[in-house]
Amino acid sequence: MINLLVENFLKPKTLEEAYDMLISNKKNMVIAGGAWIKLSIKNVLGLISLDDLNLNKIEVKDDSIEIGSMVTLREVELSNHLNELYDGVLSSAVHKIMGINIRNLATIGGSVMGRFAFSDIYPPLLVMDTKLVFYKQGEISLSDFLANPKMEKDILLKIVIKKEEGRGFFKKVATTPLDFAIINIAVSKTLAGFKICLGSTPYIGALAKDAMIFINSKKVINEEVLDKTVELVLGELKISKNVRASKTYKEELASVYVKRGIRKVISDVN
Amino acid sequence: MLINLIVNDQPKVFLCKPGDFLLDTLRENNYLSVRRGCDTTNCGVCTVLFDGKPVPSCSLLTVKAEGHHITTVEGIQEEADKMGKLFGAEGADQCGFCNPSIALTVYALKKELINPTGLDVKEYLVGNLCRCTGYIAQERAIKSYLGDKS
Ligand SMILES: Cc1cc2nc3c(=O)[nH]c(=O)nc-3n(C[C@H](O)[C@H](O)[C@H](O)COP(=O)(O)OP(=O)(O)OC[C@H]3O[C@@H](n4cnc5c(N)ncnc54)[C@H](O)[C@@H]3O)c2cc1C
Ligand code: FES
Ligand code: FES
Repeated sequence: MINLLVENFLKPKTLEEAYDMLISNKKNMVIAGGAWIKLSIKNVLGLISLDDLNLNKIEVKDDSIEIGSMVTLREVELSNHLNELYDGVLSSAVHKIMGINIRNLATIGGSVMGRFAFSDIYPPLLVMDTKLVFYKQGEISLSDFLANPKMEKDILLKIVIKKEEGRGFFKKVATTPLDFAIINIAVSKTLAGFKICLGSTPYIGALAKDAMIFINSKKVINEEVLDKTVELVLGELKISKNVRASKTYKEELASVYVKRGIRKVISDVN
Repeated sequence: MLINLIVNDQPKVFLCKPGDFLLDTLRENNYLSVRRGCDTTNCGVCTVLFDGKPVPSCSLLTVKAEGHHITTVEGIQEEADKMGKLFGAEGADQCGFCNPSIALTVYALKKELINPTGLDVKEYLVGNLCRCTGYIAQERAIKSYLGDKS
């Protein structure tokens, strides 16, 4: 039996109240689904519930889709709006996380705030135009959030994805459906060009910016361009061995799937 | 602290600590069909329905379930009996440890998915481990159950 020692379970009714509780003591923290907290935390003074703060909706705006931080992974997976965005790149990534029972519990907000290197959601979110909205600090792009691990305590309210006509590709390579990714790969294409991202390398998801500048400067995508793109991806993003696979194997996976991803996003939809 | 839950449609009040997980609260109160396998969200045997949706009770804090509906296999007895017979006929159960949670998950699946394909069924059941049988016999039994309209 795994014990979690919680002194107080706090149920704020407003965001202001929740934020005050969060900053009032170093040992207070917010709980979303709690699936990760169960595995990682032993001792909390005040556990702050976000259940009553109306953060559990997916809203479609004129130029964006806003996902409340308390929306479960299962709700993300089932959303028709997200299924239509960039060929459903986010939905297909979420679909591959654990089983339905965990996805009914774990939230998108907990997944963003977890800063998990193995995350299957950063790559699809990074190849779209994604912003995070916090209670205190307001809007921050997902890339800036990931680049700044020392951010002060705050409450994530929603994840805002710009609605764009775009194609998308996602691949998680894992030994079993319950395992973390050996590596994951996302690629997208809009009028503005391609985006390419690797995650779980085993480092946290990151865009391959040099490779993107290169491929976006090309009018024709042929084998030579694909080879050079992959070479740049492998040159700029850190890949290492871990218990799941060797560095060489991960590099091989990355090359095959980056190319496959690019081919998919420039192929005819049908 | 006292927590109000609706277990199998019956209002209940349980005494628990803020850090208690639903699995422990249910077992302490003699809902012993809810089982502990891994205790780390990996095996699925602790699954209950939370407002009709399968969740791992080992990882849901009891306080977070306040006021919600919890269903254990006793709450779907008739359907579980039907499944039990079909599992038996296919030789799909041995020790039976995983049966309550699989029955709950299959029950939720039947309510949620319309005309699921074989792959939909398999994907819905990811994370429900059975230590004894192969999954093929289970798959056959589940298929018969999903075809059953009674
Ligand atoms: C066994 C297991 C396997 C998993 N495998 C994968 C996998 O293969 N791929 C993958 O991508 N993910 C995986 N996950 C992670 C999962 O998808 C969720 O990301 C994770 O459970 C966190 O979500 P949660 O709602 O449970 O968050 P919680 O456990 O409630 O919280 C996680 C952290 O985020 C903080 N937090 C939560 N919400 C907010 C908010 N709104 N504002 C500020 N801080 C917040 C909490 O304080 C805590 O520090 C796995 C999780 C488990 C338990
Ligand atoms: S005991 Fe909960 S998933 Fe194994
Ligand atoms: S029959 Fe023994 S665990 Fe499934």
